[in-house]
Amino acid sequence: MNQYETVIVLTPVLSDDEAKRSLDVYKEMLTGLGAEMVHEERWGLKQLAYPIKKKTTGIYFVIEYKADANVVAKLELQFNRDEQMLRYLTIRLDKFSLDYNERKRRGEIGKGRKEPAAETTTNA
Amino acid sequence: MASNKNIRFLAATKLGMTRKKYCRFKKSGIRYIDYKNPDFLLKFVNEQGKMLPRRITGNSLKYQRRVAQAVKRSRQLALMPYVTDLLK
Repeated sequence: MNQYETVIVLTPVLSDDEAKRSLDVYKEMLTGLGAEMVHEERWGLKQLAYPIKKKTTGIYFVIEYKADANVVAKLELQFNRDEQMLRYLTIRLDKFSLDYNERKRRGEIGKGRKEPAAETTTNA
Repeated sequence: MASNKNIRFLAATKLGMTRKKYCRFKKSGIRYIDYKNPDFLLKFVNEQGKMLPRRITGNSLKYQRRVAQAVKRSRQLALMPYVTDLLK
Protein backbone atom coordinates (compact mmCIF):
# COMPACT_ATOMS: atom_id res chain seq x y z
CA MET A 1 0.00 0.00 0.00
CA ASN A 2 1.94 3.00 -1.22
CA GLN A 3 0.76 6.56 -0.91
CA TYR A 4 0.17 8.45 -4.15
CA GLU A 5 -0.55 12.04 -5.01
CA THR A 6 -2.38 12.89 -8.21
CA VAL A 7 -2.82 16.34 -9.69
CA ILE A 8 -5.48 16.63 -12.39
CA VAL A 9 -6.33 19.57 -14.64
CA LEU A 10 -9.85 19.77 -16.07
CA THR A 11 -11.11 21.98 -18.87
CA PRO A 12 -12.40 25.37 -17.67
CA VAL A 13 -15.61 24.81 -19.66
CA LEU A 14 -16.97 22.76 -16.79
CA SER A 15 -18.96 24.57 -14.15
CA ASP A 16 -17.82 24.13 -10.57
CA ASP A 17 -20.22 21.41 -9.59
CA GLU A 18 -19.62 19.48 -12.82
CA ALA A 19 -15.91 19.52 -12.04
CA LYS A 20 -16.66 18.43 -8.48
CA ARG A 21 -18.91 15.65 -9.78
CA SER A 22 -16.29 14.30 -12.17
CA LEU A 23 -13.78 14.34 -9.31
CA ASP A 24 -16.22 12.43 -7.11
CA VAL A 25 -16.61 9.83 -9.84
CA TYR A 26 -12.87 9.21 -9.67
CA LYS A 27 -12.86 9.18 -5.89
CA GLU A 28 -15.62 6.58 -5.78
CA MET A 29 -13.73 4.51 -8.32
CA LEU A 30 -10.63 4.73 -6.16
CA THR A 31 -12.38 3.72 -2.94
CA GLY A 32 -14.14 1.00 -4.92
CA LEU A 33 -10.77 -0.42 -5.90
CA GLY A 34 -9.67 -0.54 -2.29
CA ALA A 35 -7.83 2.75 -2.08
CA GLU A 36 -8.07 4.98 0.95
CA MET A 37 -8.44 8.72 0.46
CA VAL A 38 -6.04 10.74 2.57
CA HIS A 39 -6.48 14.31 1.46
CA GLU A 40 -8.15 16.32 -1.26
CA GLU A 41 -7.45 19.86 -2.40
CA ARG A 42 -9.15 22.08 -4.87
CA TRP A 43 -7.17 24.92 -6.44
CA GLY A 44 -10.05 25.83 -8.73
CA LEU A 45 -9.58 27.81 -11.89
CA LYS A 46 -5.96 28.71 -12.57
CA GLN A 47 -4.11 30.30 -15.46
CA LEU A 48 -2.05 27.75 -17.40
CA ALA A 49 1.56 28.62 -18.24
CA TYR A 50 0.99 27.52 -21.83
CA PRO A 51 -2.22 26.63 -23.70
CA ILE A 52 -3.24 22.98 -23.52
CA LYS A 53 -5.80 21.84 -26.10
CA LYS A 54 -6.33 25.48 -27.05
CA LYS A 55 -7.36 26.34 -23.48
CA THR A 56 -5.42 28.82 -21.36
CA THR A 57 -7.03 28.12 -18.00
CA GLY A 58 -7.78 24.91 -16.15
CA ILE A 59 -9.41 23.60 -12.98
CA TYR A 60 -6.83 21.99 -10.72
CA PHE A 61 -7.47 19.21 -8.19
CA VAL A 62 -4.95 17.47 -5.96
CA ILE A 63 -5.87 14.14 -4.36
CA GLU A 64 -3.75 12.04 -2.05
CA TYR A 65 -4.57 8.41 -1.42
CA LYS A 66 -3.14 5.14 -0.24
CA ALA A 67 -3.49 2.39 -2.82
CA ASP A 68 -1.92 -0.68 -4.35
CA ALA A 69 0.22 -0.29 -7.41
CA ASN A 70 -2.30 -1.71 -9.90
CA VAL A 71 -5.01 0.73 -8.79
CA VAL A 72 -3.07 3.67 -10.22
CA ALA A 73 -2.90 2.08 -13.67
CA LYS A 74 -6.68 1.61 -13.71
CA LEU A 75 -7.22 5.16 -12.57
CA GLU A 76 -5.00 6.57 -15.30
CA LEU A 77 -6.78 4.44 -17.88
CA GLN A 78 -9.95 6.27 -16.92
CA PHE A 79 -8.13 9.58 -17.10
CA ASN A 80 -7.11 8.83 -20.66
CA ARG A 81 -10.71 8.13 -21.61
CA ASP A 82 -12.01 11.35 -20.10
CA GLU A 83 -12.06 14.16 -22.70
CA GLN A 84 -12.54 16.84 -20.06
CA MET A 85 -9.15 15.93 -18.61
CA LEU A 86 -6.43 18.25 -19.88
CA ARG A 87 -3.55 16.80 -17.92
CA TYR A 88 -2.83 14.51 -14.97
CA LEU A 89 0.31 13.63 -12.99
CA THR A 90 0.58 10.87 -10.40
CA ILE A 91 3.62 10.48 -8.15
CA ARG A 92 4.44 8.04 -5.40
CA LEU A 93 5.14 9.80 -2.11
CA ASP A 94 8.36 8.89 -0.27
CA LYS A 95 9.03 9.63 3.35
CA PHE A 96 10.27 13.16 2.72
CA SER A 97 7.27 14.17 0.64
CA LEU A 98 4.91 12.45 3.07
CA ASP A 99 6.40 14.40 5.94
CA TYR A 100 6.28 17.60 3.91
CA ASN A 101 2.59 17.15 3.09
CA GLU A 102 1.73 16.45 6.72
CA ARG A 103 3.61 19.51 7.89
CA LYS A 104 1.99 21.63 5.21
CA ARG A 105 -1.44 20.51 6.33
CA ARG A 106 -0.52 21.30 9.90
CA GLY A 107 0.44 24.75 8.69
CA GLU A 108 4.06 24.62 9.80
CA ILE A 109 5.17 25.46 6.30
CA GLY A 110 3.93 28.91 5.35
CA LYS A 111 2.20 29.71 2.07
CA GLY A 112 4.77 28.27 -0.31
CA ARG A 113 7.57 29.23 2.07
CA LYS A 114 10.12 26.47 1.91
CA GLU A 115 12.36 27.34 4.88
CA PRO A 116 10.80 26.14 8.11
CA ALA A 117 12.16 29.07 10.04
CA ALA A 118 11.57 27.69 13.51
CA GLU A 119 13.07 24.23 13.38
CA THR A 120 15.31 22.53 10.94
CA THR A 121 13.94 19.21 9.76
CA THR A 122 16.33 16.67 11.14
CA ASN A 123 13.92 13.77 10.82
CA ALA A 124 15.24 10.46 9.61
CA MET B 1 56.01 49.65 -16.66
CA ALA B 2 53.71 51.08 -14.01
CA SER B 3 54.29 49.11 -10.86
CA ASN B 4 51.40 47.18 -9.52
CA LYS B 5 50.67 49.54 -6.66
CA ASN B 6 49.78 52.64 -8.57
CA ILE B 7 47.53 51.06 -11.14
CA ARG B 8 44.21 52.82 -10.64
CA PHE B 9 41.01 51.10 -11.75
CA LEU B 10 38.11 53.30 -12.72
CA ALA B 11 35.56 51.06 -11.01
CA ALA B 12 35.98 48.71 -8.05
CA THR B 13 36.78 45.45 -9.78
CA LYS B 14 35.08 42.39 -8.35
CA LEU B 15 37.84 40.09 -9.62
CA GLY B 16 39.15 38.87 -6.34
CA MET B 17 35.80 38.81 -4.58
CA THR B 18 34.16 35.36 -4.83
CA ARG B 19 31.20 34.69 -2.54
CA LYS B 20 31.33 31.28 -0.83
CA LYS B 21 28.56 29.32 -2.56
CA TYR B 22 26.46 27.05 -0.40
CA CYS B 23 23.59 24.68 -0.93
CA ARG B 24 20.49 26.41 0.42
CA PHE B 25 18.76 23.09 1.01
CA LYS B 26 21.47 21.73 3.25
CA LYS B 27 21.76 25.02 5.10
CA SER B 28 18.07 25.44 5.86
CA GLY B 29 17.41 21.71 6.20
CA ILE B 30 14.81 21.45 3.46
CA ARG B 31 14.24 17.82 2.66
CA TYR B 32 11.57 17.90 -0.04
CA ILE B 33 11.15 20.24 -3.00
CA ASP B 34 7.48 20.57 -3.80
CA TYR B 35 6.68 20.69 -7.51
CA LYS B 36 3.28 22.17 -6.79
CA ASN B 37 4.37 25.66 -5.88
CA PRO B 38 6.05 27.38 -8.78
CA ASP B 39 7.00 30.60 -7.02
CA PHE B 40 9.72 28.78 -5.10
CA LEU B 41 10.96 27.02 -8.23
CA LEU B 42 11.20 30.31 -10.12
CA LYS B 43 14.39 31.01 -8.18
CA PHE B 44 16.10 28.20 -10.12
CA VAL B 45 14.96 29.28 -13.55
CA ASN B 46 16.20 32.18 -15.69
CA GLU B 47 14.09 34.72 -17.55
CA GLN B 48 13.42 32.41 -20.49
CA GLY B 49 12.16 29.73 -18.10
CA LYS B 50 15.26 27.60 -18.56
CA MET B 51 16.83 25.86 -15.57
CA LEU B 52 19.95 27.46 -14.08
CA PRO B 53 23.11 25.35 -13.83
CA ARG B 54 24.56 24.25 -10.51
CA ARG B 55 27.45 26.68 -10.70
CA ILE B 56 24.92 29.52 -10.60
CA THR B 57 22.41 28.15 -8.12
CA GLY B 58 25.14 26.68 -5.93
CA ASN B 59 23.04 23.61 -5.16
CA SER B 60 24.59 20.33 -4.24
CA LEU B 61 24.23 17.58 -6.85
CA LYS B 62 21.57 15.71 -4.89
CA TYR B 63 19.29 18.73 -4.53
CA GLN B 64 19.96 20.10 -8.00
CA ARG B 65 18.58 16.84 -9.39
CA ARG B 66 15.50 17.13 -7.21
CA VAL B 67 15.01 20.73 -8.27
CA ALA B 68 15.31 19.63 -11.91
CA GLN B 69 12.75 16.91 -11.37
CA ALA B 70 10.37 19.28 -9.60
CA VAL B 71 10.71 21.89 -12.35
CA LYS B 72 9.99 19.30 -15.02
CA ARG B 73 6.92 18.09 -13.17
CA SER B 74 5.55 21.59 -12.68
CA ARG B 75 6.15 22.27 -16.35
CA GLN B 76 4.16 19.16 -17.14
CA LEU B 77 1.28 20.50 -15.08
CA ALA B 78 1.50 23.90 -16.80
CA LEU B 79 2.35 25.54 -13.49
CA MET B 80 5.60 26.69 -15.09
CA PRO B 81 6.27 27.46 -18.76
CA TYR B 82 8.70 25.47 -20.89
CA VAL B 83 9.96 28.60 -22.59
CA THR B 84 8.87 32.19 -22.22
CA ASP B 85 10.28 35.70 -22.01
CA LEU B 86 10.40 38.14 -19.08
CA LEU B 87 9.35 35.42 -16.72
CA LYS B 88 10.47 37.23 -13.54
